Amino acid sequence: MLEVDLTKTLGVLSIQARFATAGGVTALFGPSGSGKTSIVNMIAGLLTPDAGRIALDGALLFDSASGVSVAAHRRRVGYVFQDGRLFPHLSVRANLVFGRWMSGIARDPAEEAHVIDLLGIDRLLARRPGSLSGGEKSRVAIGRALLMKPRLLLLDEPMASLDEARKVEIMPYLERLRDEARVPMVYVSHAADEVRRLASQVVRLDHGQVVATGGIDVLLPAAMPAADARPPSAQGRAVT
Amino acid sequence: MQLTSEEWTAIELSLRVAFWATLVSLPFGIAVAWALARTEFVGKSLVDGLVHLPLVLPPVVTGYLLLILFGRRGPIGAWLYDTFGIVLSFRWTGAALACAVMGFPLLVRAIRLSIEAIDRRLEDAATTLGANRAWTFAAVTLPLALPGVIAGMVLCFAKALGEFGATITFVSNIPGETQTISAAIYTYTQVPGGDEPALRLVVISIVIALAALIVSEWFARKAGARVHGA
Repeated sequence: MLEVDLTKTLGVLSIQARFATAGGVTALFGPSGSGKTSIVNMIAGLLTPDAGRIALDGALLFDSASGVSVAAHRRRVGYVFQDGRLFPHLSVRANLVFGRWMSGIARDPAEEAHVIDLLGIDRLLARRPGSLSGGEKSRVAIGRALLMKPRLLLLDEPMASLDEARKVEIMPYLERLRDEARVPMVYVSHAADEVRRLASQVVRLDHGQVVATGGIDVLLPAAMPAADARPPSAQGRAVT
Repeated sequence: MQLTSEEWTAIELSLRVAFWATLVSLPFGIAVAWALARTEFVGKSLVDGLVHLPLVLPPVVTGYLLLILFGRRGPIGAWLYDTFGIVLSFRWTGAALACAVMGFPLLVRAIRLSIEAIDRRLEDAATTLGANRAWTFAAVTLPLALPGVIAGMVLCFAKALGEFGATITFVSNIPGETQTISAAIYTYTQVPGGDEPALRLVVISIVIALAALIVSEWFARKAGARVHGA
């Protein structure tokens, strides 16, 4: 279980986020510039909140009151970045096992085989990231984060840089990931259809504030443009 | 083209001096370049200025400062002699030190630029995968900066081969000990009948410089292909 309660001011954006996740896939949903990526960066430890508390399964990752701030490389929080960020000088195989080397986790061939199969990347292992397509890069990036045995997996709009055809290609892998990998996930997105397909819980953000949390009924009707409509008050629990 | 043993000595000495000057300054160059590119600390602009000073100072000034500091009676030179028995002044090792100091700004500059060009977000990604600062540097930053490291080494080596002013001021022009190609050419141009040996050494200089450029170009292309890895 992930508990987040933090504030952070970034230029004109003032982020004030408080939510807890119950496992499964939690979507951070909101328009561009609503602070979604900054929040996952703070969970990962790449950005430091001004104040607040972040705890994962009861263990503190950050707590301004007691001065706790676990270094990013000790958090064991997997992060799939929007742009993949595969290491260009390493093969796909070396990218995949990078987290195991660095975290000092023993290699586990069975699990590696499982993840490689889950993501359908067995034919890519000897290649370099430079020669992969966008969809292939996304899948390798997911595999790289999964293989470090994360306690939590953050996915920051993993499909944002892909065209429609590639999104269709990736979606089934994400659904398998949700159903087969027993890792709680935070999925950042501004696309309601993705969230509807993947998430069991939604945290709705606008201008750095959590405007609603709840099930996927917190999402707007698909026909309405998400960016400038208000959240429905009937079913979503409003949080201020 | 027949070379005298004196000329061979000068060539061998030049290569030895340039090789050690480059090799010994490399770890320091990488450390300083990384600190300048990736960290903030008090006095950073001062360090930056000091590193670049040999580039803008007259070489004779740098050489004279080295003589004052590293000479047998200089504060560092005396300490080195008393503690380790190391003598730098008027020795080839002193020539290597002078060349290292003169080449250092070029080395640091090339490496720093290549580190600054690396996408910091790749380093962030390494961090989330459990890599601490040292491992992130070793496994991501340094390999990606390799073309710049090679370029910096070549510049430093070339500078060391051609260094004249600081070297001759610090360690003089002693055949067989501190007389590099540049110093030898200078000496030949000062004596009657020295044109022919001077010209031979000029040709040798050009050959060495060209070879260094071609070899480094090859390495840099290899490293570049690795980094951008298709």
